[in-house]
Amino acid sequence: MSMLEINDIHTYYGNIHALNGISLKVEKGEIVTLIGANGAGKTTTLRTIAGLLKPRQGQVLLEGEDITKLKAHEVVYKGVAMVPEGRGIFARLTVTENLDLGAYSRTDRQNFAQDLERVFTIFPRLKERQKQVAGTLSGGEQQMLAMGRSLMARPRILLMDEPSMGLAPILVESIFDTIVAINKEGTTILLVEQNALMALSIAARGYVLQTGEIVLLDSAANLKQNEMVRKSYLGIE
Amino acid sequence: MEKTAVHKASMPVNTYRLIQIVLGVVFSAYVIWRFYDVFIGNPAYGADTWMRFAISGVVLGSVYALVAIGYTLVYGILFMINFAHGDIMMIGAFGGYFVFEALKNIPSPTVGDPHQVFLNAHPIISVILAFVVGMIVAAVSGYFLEKIAYRPLRNAPRLVPLISAIGASIFLENAALLLFGSQRRDFVNPVQLTRGTGWNIPVNGTTVILPYTGVLTFVLSVLILIALYLLVQRTRIGRAMRAVAENKSTAALMGIDVDGVISRTFIISGALAGAAGVMWGIHLGLVYYQVGFIPGIKAFTAAVLGGIGNIPGAMLGGMFLGIIEALGPAILGLPFQLKDVLAFGILVLILIFRPTGLLGEVLSEEKV
Repeated sequence: MSMLEINDIHTYYGNIHALNGISLKVEKGEIVTLIGANGAGKTTTLRTIAGLLKPRQGQVLLEGEDITKLKAHEVVYKGVAMVPEGRGIFARLTVTENLDLGAYSRTDRQNFAQDLERVFTIFPRLKERQKQVAGTLSGGEQQMLAMGRSLMARPRILLMDEPSMGLAPILVESIFDTIVAINKEGTTILLVEQNALMALSIAARGYVLQTGEIVLLDSAANLKQNEMVRKSYLGIE
Repeated sequence: MEKTAVHKASMPVNTYRLIQIVLGVVFSAYVIWRFYDVFIGNPAYGADTWMRFAISGVVLGSVYALVAIGYTLVYGILFMINFAHGDIMMIGAFGGYFVFEALKNIPSPTVGDPHQVFLNAHPIISVILAFVVGMIVAAVSGYFLEKIAYRPLRNAPRLVPLISAIGASIFLENAALLLFGSQRRDFVNPVQLTRGTGWNIPVNGTTVILPYTGVLTFVLSVLILIALYLLVQRTRIGRAMRAVAENKSTAALMGIDVDGVISRTFIISGALAGAAGVMWGIHLGLVYYQVGFIPGIKAFTAAVLGGIGNIPGAMLGGMFLGIIEALGPAILGLPFQLKDVLAFGILVLILIFRPTGLLGEVLSEEKV
């Protein structure tokens, strides 16, 4: 059974038909990437899975369980965490408070210290800044915080929306290394990226999204070689 | 050429700033002169009178602070002004009033006094009951107010819930008018808490009364404010409230039930307003269907004064406003009837010159 399976999702913003029948699958332990141009519906897909948007039609299944009708906060309790676009850290709260909110859905509070330690091992920078107000962190640190916060929920599947956005190239690389490390520890990842080359280099499989529809799905290696992908998303003639 | 153009473009801003500075200096000079005149030049009042003013200001300020928190909490989360908040306070005041009325009619004869009533026999229990009931009815009203008047309009333009709030305020006042009548009712306290009695403090040869009701109001209000601060800063629900205030959809992604947090925010602000209502009744002695209107607007002023959305700001603004209202007319040499004009004059000045309020700057710095 797939970790995540979505079937023929149609999502609207008012009367605008944003997702026109998207179906995709993410298997347990995989990194799957969703690439596409601005406005193709990548973020909308993630927000629909997370329950922030309600599809008019279609199903979202988490290990076979239908979570389509659940509210966003209930989806979190099922084991879906999301790192939102633009990081979405709580700027007026401290780093620790942000991480604490990441574990909001956890009922096993006794493991909190251990999870915090795990996040600090992955992101030693956050440990140094524990007491600092999150809004004063640099862009890269904020991205680390957003990722660390999502790990505090110990999700079964992690949805990441543009983790590389607005970061210096050197930071992008370290963020992607971390994504791979998180995946190796057993978290399934659905990654949305503009930086298609980077995304395809760490993902097992990829979906190409165009104006609300999946136009291509293949292994990451094949997608990298694909004529259309190379032209449109990798900028290689 | 280009340089002059830039300079010209920035001129109006500089002029505006200059006017602000000049007005500020003139106003400050006037206030300093008034301080000098009132205290040293032509002392109009003795220390005893100043003390009475100060006591009344601090007590009133602590009530304003409690109500102001409600405005600020709701604004922080929904970015709307809950104009029905003063009427929630009125409901709390009636809650306390009816508790005292009921207890007044329960006989509790003692050996010494066969006509003793529960209210006077057990004043502490009576006061606790009045606060508990006042806070509960106000909290419940706050909960339903949000559910009925604001929740259906969650995604409407910002002006719409504001109009709904004004409608809710009119509705609550008229419901109270219908239920309780239009007469001003005398809030009868336990005899130990009779208004006007208190500790006598000798000042300047006369005695100043430090009223029991005032001390009760002040102490209780400070305790509630501390409890609220701890709730918001230290607890899970407080963290959830702050997260929702910053970003609702990200908060939902943390597993926070945003609607639940909004409901709880209204329950908490309702309870605070209810406590303020009972204090208002106990200390000032009158309840009627519009009793929440003026303190409601004053507390709104206090919340804006402190920086709306900012909790310590609301506490500070409430205290500040109460004290200004009590001391201001005397210091500025205005008739005391103008104290409301003074309070609302401050609101206008704040809105023009410092819309972010006293603590607003801190907030905006942190936001960056």
